[in-house]
Amino acid sequence: MSMSEVDRSKRRFLIAATTAVGGVAAVGAAIPFVMSMLPSERAKAAGAPVEVDISKIEPGMILNIEWQGKPVWVVNRTKEMLASLSKLDSMLVDPNSEVPQQPDYCKNPTRSIKPEYLVAVGICTHLGCSPTYRPEVSPPDLGPDWLGGFFCPCHGSRFDLAARVYKGVPAPTNLVIPKHKYLANGRLLVGDDSKGA
Amino acid sequence: MSSLTKLVGWIDARFPLTSNWKAHLSEYYAPKNFNFWYFFGSLALLVLVMQIITGIFLTMNYMPDASLNNSGVPVAFASVEYIMRDVPWGWLIRYMHSTGASAFFIVVYLHMMRGLMYGSYRKPRELLWIFGMLIYLALMAEAFMGYLLPWGQMSFWGAQVIINLFTAIPFVGPDISLWIRGDYVIGEATLNRFFAFHVIAVPLVLLGLVVAHVLALHEVGSNNPDGIEIKKNKDPVTHIPLDGIPFHPYYTVKDIVGVVVFLMVFSAIVFFAPDVGGYFLEANNFIPADPFKTPPHIAPVWYFTPFYAILRAVPPMFGSQFPGVVAMGVAVMILFFLPWLDRGNVKSIRYRGTVYKVWLGLFVISFIGLGVLGVLPVTPLYTIYSRIFSVIYFAFFFLMPWYTKIDKTKPEPARVTG
Repeated sequence: MSMSEVDRSKRRFLIAATTAVGGVAAVGAAIPFVMSMLPSERAKAAGAPVEVDISKIEPGMILNIEWQGKPVWVVNRTKEMLASLSKLDSMLVDPNSEVPQQPDYCKNPTRSIKPEYLVAVGICTHLGCSPTYRPEVSPPDLGPDWLGGFFCPCHGSRFDLAARVYKGVPAPTNLVIPKHKYLANGRLLVGDDSKGA
Repeated sequence: MSSLTKLVGWIDARFPLTSNWKAHLSEYYAPKNFNFWYFFGSLALLVLVMQIITGIFLTMNYMPDASLNNSGVPVAFASVEYIMRDVPWGWLIRYMHSTGASAFFIVVYLHMMRGLMYGSYRKPRELLWIFGMLIYLALMAEAFMGYLLPWGQMSFWGAQVIINLFTAIPFVGPDISLWIRGDYVIGEATLNRFFAFHVIAVPLVLLGLVVAHVLALHEVGSNNPDGIEIKKNKDPVTHIPLDGIPFHPYYTVKDIVGVVVFLMVFSAIVFFAPDVGGYFLEANNFIPADPFKTPPHIAPVWYFTPFYAILRAVPPMFGSQFPGVVAMGVAVMILFFLPWLDRGNVKSIRYRGTVYKVWLGLFVISFIGLGVLGVLPVTPLYTIYSRIFSVIYFAFFFLMPWYTKIDKTKPEPARVTG
């Protein structure tokens, strides 16, 4: 074979093969860098369940706790507050909690295990601001129809005292109810609902 | 032969110094009819250099650390206050950097407006325009990540809102925002990576894109207020465009005048009103970040507000915020397609008909209107305004292929005018 005769198809094949192998190597080399941006083991450990004593929360009051760095609310709802929930159904986007924003055991009218205690992640489902607890009825700034709930200062989203979203506000869904369970002596465990042990 | 000439000769034998000087400055022929609007390209370059220099000196004292110090203040926030109060001249360097961020967007928006008016994105400058748009995207990323670094309330909650936008992407959204944050919430990991991107990664990308932008410009030649090609009329002997003048010294000298005026305004802001009434530096950002308390009113810095207003104008659909996020993304990305949306047979607004002028006017009003609405709280009336302006914003682009075609244009001159 003389020098001038070039096997073009073999050359094309070699170029394609080299490019493909090189491309695979480049993608492979990128993986550690991309993965290094995921939460570290320490960050994951900080996402462990949090145990709190909720026996000291007076009726009508809220306790803010931290879980996975997020605010979690525990509200001790009064009888009047619980009674107000059913009046609001027609004004809510998802009164029956059809969207899975809660564990199955909280898919009920009060969105809770024990009716009086609301446990919710205090992060607006719109863009992540933390809504303000506004338990008072009919305050001037929220209007006469307000029966207590949570108001997001960022974009005006409204939630009732079961953290269900009102119609006509930017937030699309109810607030998240985290996995949780009750331990003995009025203690609450947020972030874990496994049975036994 | 003088020793300087000898030195240049020595260098030229080893590095293309003189040839590059000629190609890009002393023998780069730009149209002779540049006006006021042609200052903003060189000013953008000036601001870029200023941001890099002030940024280098800020990193000498800034600490990307979200943990609390002995006084219970986040270290990052405290280090910025340390620069402001204790570092000699630190306040000046920091205010130059924070004012520079807004100044960058002012000159870039005016630079883009120039392109819109004179059709500078049209053939053969499509790629030049695309490089420019990529610079704009990189600049938005740079500004967004830089704004987190002082670790104030606005830094934190602004980033919270923007990163949560990615959550709205179907299926992969939550994982993407987790990956961006590096934690379940904005925290140490987020601050550190934003610092790395802000001081190394994005500036490198920006510089590379600026080089590509200038190289593309010098390949096709500058457009001008008449929107005609000066390369069509060359001197038969020298092949120099008859309407062209060498960039250096003519435009270097002209640009120096622009630089002086710009620096006068810039200094006035830095020295007398560095926060510009809360628009360049928001009042809430002088409060340390508190992950448990959202400030009553969150607004991005002014240069993002037009797109933020579009985001808020779109109601949630199918229980998802995604349509609003898409609208915001499209509002930015549509600019990339401008060279192919415009079907007019002239480039410059000087020879366009009434139809285009009206549309451009409406577009400018909408963009500014959205910018104003983006800093205001949401009310039903403002939401209606935002929706009207958003529709005009998109109509300007989506209807462009039709209205530019039917527009009654005037004949272009053969040579550039005044």
